Amino acid sequence: MAHPLSGAAAIVGLGITPQGRVYGNTPLGFAVDAVQLALADAGLQRGDLDGLLLNPGLAWADMGMGSFQLQQAMGLRDLRLSATMNLGGATACAMIQHAAQAIAAGLATTVACVFSDAPLKPEQPAGERSSSGSAYGFVRGWEAAYGYFGVNAMYALVARRHMHRYGTTQDHLGAVAVAQRRWANLNPAAQMHAQPLTLEDYHRSRWIVEPFHLFDCCLVSNGGLAVIVTGPERARDLRQPPVYIRGMAQGHLGGDPSETLSSGAVLSREPAFRMAGLTLRDVDVVELYDCYSFTVIVTLEDYGFCAKGEGGPFAAENATGPGGRLALNTGGGQLSSFYMWGMTPVSEGVIQVRGAGGRRQVAKHDVALVSGNGGVLSTHSTLVLAREPS
Amino acid sequence: MTAYAKPLPQITREMAPFWEGARRHELVVQRCRGCGAYRFPARDLCSRCLSREAEWARVSGRGTVFSYAVMHQVYHPGFAAEVPYAVVVVELAEGARLVSNLVGCPLRDVTIGMPVEVVFEEVTPEVTLPKFRPAARR
Repeated sequence: MAHPLSGAAAIVGLGITPQGRVYGNTPLGFAVDAVQLALADAGLQRGDLDGLLLNPGLAWADMGMGSFQLQQAMGLRDLRLSATMNLGGATACAMIQHAAQAIAAGLATTVACVFSDAPLKPEQPAGERSSSGSAYGFVRGWEAAYGYFGVNAMYALVARRHMHRYGTTQDHLGAVAVAQRRWANLNPAAQMHAQPLTLEDYHRSRWIVEPFHLFDCCLVSNGGLAVIVTGPERARDLRQPPVYIRGMAQGHLGGDPSETLSSGAVLSREPAFRMAGLTLRDVDVVELYDCYSFTVIVTLEDYGFCAKGEGGPFAAENATGPGGRLALNTGGGQLSSFYMWGMTPVSEGVIQVRGAGGRRQVAKHDVALVSGNGGVLSTHSTLVLAREPS
Repeated sequence: MTAYAKPLPQITREMAPFWEGARRHELVVQRCRGCGAYRFPARDLCSRCLSREAEWARVSGRGTVFSYAVMHQVYHPGFAAEVPYAVVVVELAEGARLVSNLVGCPLRDVTIGMPVEVVFEEVTPEVTLPKFRPAARR
């Protein structure tokens, strides 16, 4: 018997504001824009919303009760579900899970899930802002005395362990960056659309924190991104083909990621696919959270696309770019498209399942696997999206 | 003599004994009274046994490099003349892992598993930083 949550809700609206060095808007303003775009995409009115979930980006900073502020800014009345959530990059899939659960339980009918951020300022290079580790609250004062700054360095320490333990190489990391850039070159909305990248370019690019070159690290983007989730009856009558939420799960490992060298996919993959009634072999397109090229390698392993430790060789066999064996991060991902945390892979999963990917559209697009990851491999969420509800 | 240009550690209530030990050229690490685990940085609660009782114990200062990252970006002007430099995680013989720097070791020679031992760098009259240098294999 099918799981009662499987196919009980669908993503029916997608709103993506301009991304990247977009100035003159606030995090709240980007959020409003994204919800309006998503409503228009679905053919819904703002009065149709009765739920609002917000993942505030860095620039929301101390703006507490973000979902309530967004409700007030948009003049939304009589909501039945509202929350401001933060699991880092795992939030986007998790928001959609909470929306689907509320809809399935009859506690809400139509929920907007929203991310926005505006960390870039006109005078600041993107790299400097993105690597401001103190903004993430990870770096304690004593660490600065040793020159240990930023999330890039935190991930680099874990990546170095993976290289030591499993023999992952710089070429393996570079293969991920190059494959995703090739997808971005087919995606006119990608920030790096017009810029090709070869493995030689990758090796020549400047170091950020070894073993990470510039192109191992995600972009930084100002912008907003929203999706609308509703039940299957309403979904069938709307403007876009529904993207059904067939499976979902979370997995938050805890402990030290430099010991586990794993993402929470090792916990979430089995229940998510069991709920969906599907297996990895049924997946046509894969959108994995990619704050770093390294994160993709680990996540490939943890979903079972290859054995543990073999994510590097798997990626390097040229298997994940356009025309490869696995359609992976088909919009270019956060490395080459735009950085809306977990909403980047979610949005590309929706586009692909709809068949709206243009030149980058994958031929068979019945099932998409989407992952979110946050807090240095510490939080994880999984969605299995599909064209059919069962 | 020019002023020390790098950021100084915030000497918090939890970490004060660590810095006081360093000034005496002793490496001291917090140890849980509940389960005996060494931990760094210091904190009020043991995540293994949930004990709130802890003490400070002098440790050998010997360990191995658990991981390292080579910093190329200048996040603070005090490090401008130093990039690229290595941030290392040292796993002490007693078990705790410390973030620190290596001295007396060219970047190309840094490897995971290399034996290291503590040295003390007096950077101001008030602050001494425990750092590590390559040690003979034992």
